[in-house]
Amino acid sequence: MADNHITAEHGAAAVEPTSFEFDAQSNAAIERILKKFPAGKQASAVLPLLDLVQRQMKRQTGSAWVPRVAMDETARRLDMAPIRVYEVATFYLMFNTKPVGTYHLQVCTTTPCWLRGSDQVVKTCRDVTGIKGWGETSADGAFTITEVECLGACVNAPVLQVNDDFYEDMDADSTKALLEALKRGEPPPVGSMTGRQGSAPDGGPQTLTTLAPSTGD
Amino acid sequence: MLTDKDRIFTNLYGVHDWGLQGARARGDWDGTKEILARGRDAIVDEIKASGLRGRGGAGFPTGLKWSFMPKQSDGRPHYLVVNADESEPGTCKDRDILRNDPHKLVEGCLIASFAMGANAAYIYVRGEFYNEAQRLQAAIDQAYEAGLIGKNACGSGWDFDCYVHRGAGAYICGEETALIESLEGKKGMPRLKPPFPAASGLYGCPSTVNNVESIAVAPTIMRRGAAWFSALGRQGNTGTKLFCISGHVNKPCNVEEELGIPLRELIETYAGGVRGGWDNLLAVIPGGSSVPMIPKSICDDVLMDFDSLRAVRSGLGTAAVIVMDKSTDLIKAIARLAQFYKHESCGQCTPCREGTGWMMRVMNRMVEGRAELAEIDTLEQVTRQIEGHTICALGDAAAWPIQGLIRHFRPVIEERIAAYKAGKPMQMAAE
Repeated sequence: MADNHITAEHGAAAVEPTSFEFDAQSNAAIERILKKFPAGKQASAVLPLLDLVQRQMKRQTGSAWVPRVAMDETARRLDMAPIRVYEVATFYLMFNTKPVGTYHLQVCTTTPCWLRGSDQVVKTCRDVTGIKGWGETSADGAFTITEVECLGACVNAPVLQVNDDFYEDMDADSTKALLEALKRGEPPPVGSMTGRQGSAPDGGPQTLTTLAPSTGD
Repeated sequence: MLTDKDRIFTNLYGVHDWGLQGARARGDWDGTKEILARGRDAIVDEIKASGLRGRGGAGFPTGLKWSFMPKQSDGRPHYLVVNADESEPGTCKDRDILRNDPHKLVEGCLIASFAMGANAAYIYVRGEFYNEAQRLQAAIDQAYEAGLIGKNACGSGWDFDCYVHRGAGAYICGEETALIESLEGKKGMPRLKPPFPAASGLYGCPSTVNNVESIAVAPTIMRRGAAWFSALGRQGNTGTKLFCISGHVNKPCNVEEELGIPLRELIETYAGGVRGGWDNLLAVIPGGSSVPMIPKSICDDVLMDFDSLRAVRSGLGTAAVIVMDKSTDLIKAIARLAQFYKHESCGQCTPCREGTGWMMRVMNRMVEGRAELAEIDTLEQVTRQIEGHTICALGDAAAWPIQGLIRHFRPVIEERIAAYKAGKPMQMAAE
């Protein structure tokens, strides 16, 4: 991961590609996805296909985003009017309509995370990456910071999502350590940064301690 | 207090094997064929008798909801849609089911679908739960492989397909008709009801949307019986529930307990108590961000169930307990929620689209104290104009936290305004 494909130039201004085609890996996935829906209901696949676009862009350019031409290609594949795809692509937060950095830092600042110190996580992200505002990409193309709403991991707050993965129980120090590791291209194991077992309390589970794992209930 | 033998989610923390072998060792997929052999009506009756109320927030009786589905198909297929779009701030229980006990959900989907005449279920998982969706898909693949679902599921003669569908970041898709719209490939904008989904839901077909936890507890209820489940909790508020305890506690965690457990006992027994001790408690949001907060005086002895919390003008919601100690700037805590609802409003209904932004802007001024005293009443009145005047409950959800703040902590707002006017704006701690 040492090779960051996104240049500062790419990060700052969207360079809209002139064409987009689903590659073999995406096409195989599309075939599986379309089988989930009844005949004639292929529009249901629009969210999965836009997600595939974003993942393919990540593979091909290092940046996970959905260019306009890919929306058009998605519309063609699903026999939808392009406007229907545009409105979906812009309604849902997870579709990036401009390029993002190699590591997309999605910081939850909603009340449960804020109560546990998400301000410190935000500040550390800004200090380490040099990024000032939300949605901006660092000069080296490594990081984009986005403010996101509740990620649904509130008993492990504060939470920082990096690309697909949740890092939990963050504070200023662990955020700094995480970002330094990412800069080296060495993402640490996902989950709690304090070593908690899932959503169990600090120090280990207080319930479910009397059940032998092999016998169950 | 609940003992481990009555806990349903025995791999809540992911200590054990999430896979089929581990799930079977914990009792999942045991006698599923026999459960189905009891027939549709018997299953719906058992769930009704258990008193199970929906675990997604509204608390509607699950068995009753299932009974709304047509008994005979008119040619249209029936669908079960599982709401795994868990996004209510404070709530993180379904995530544990998806990643640590996925087979309970898959088995529940089969049983519920069979009970409603559905041959297919879609599980709509919020997009951010990428790893959880992968885990769930792996469990579904195992179940297909073992013949538990698919053609002639469990040898029952019933064909059943189960699909995972990922969302893409929109709180509104947790609203059942917005979820259906999203699943059909559209923006997540709620539909007017009626028609209700049981009459015309996904693809215009009879559909039922249930929360993950509601579906995942169904197999255990069928195995252990309605009498066992309804003996737990309190009348009208039966069974066990996953609680998420976050915020200013010493040990935030998820835990399964009986409905009706006292809030104080829940926090002190499982979450290590309030930071700085019980007397350092200021307020609690007891059921996810949408329900009004309750001050310490109510927290002292309130019980955690639907009816008890309703009686104190709050709600159980998703049972996500957000604890705030005396260091909390409550106005800022609620202002941040106002920002959340402004961000998540789908924009369809004018009172919500315009109102959430207006409330956020006023709340942000109130954080500073940069407001007139009379604006507190204006704000309260505007929340009443939004509440009940929108297609879905997001407008209500945006109004209630502010109403709770004004109801219980009006002097704090007044004090902040007075300090600002006196040229001495308050410096509050950030957290």
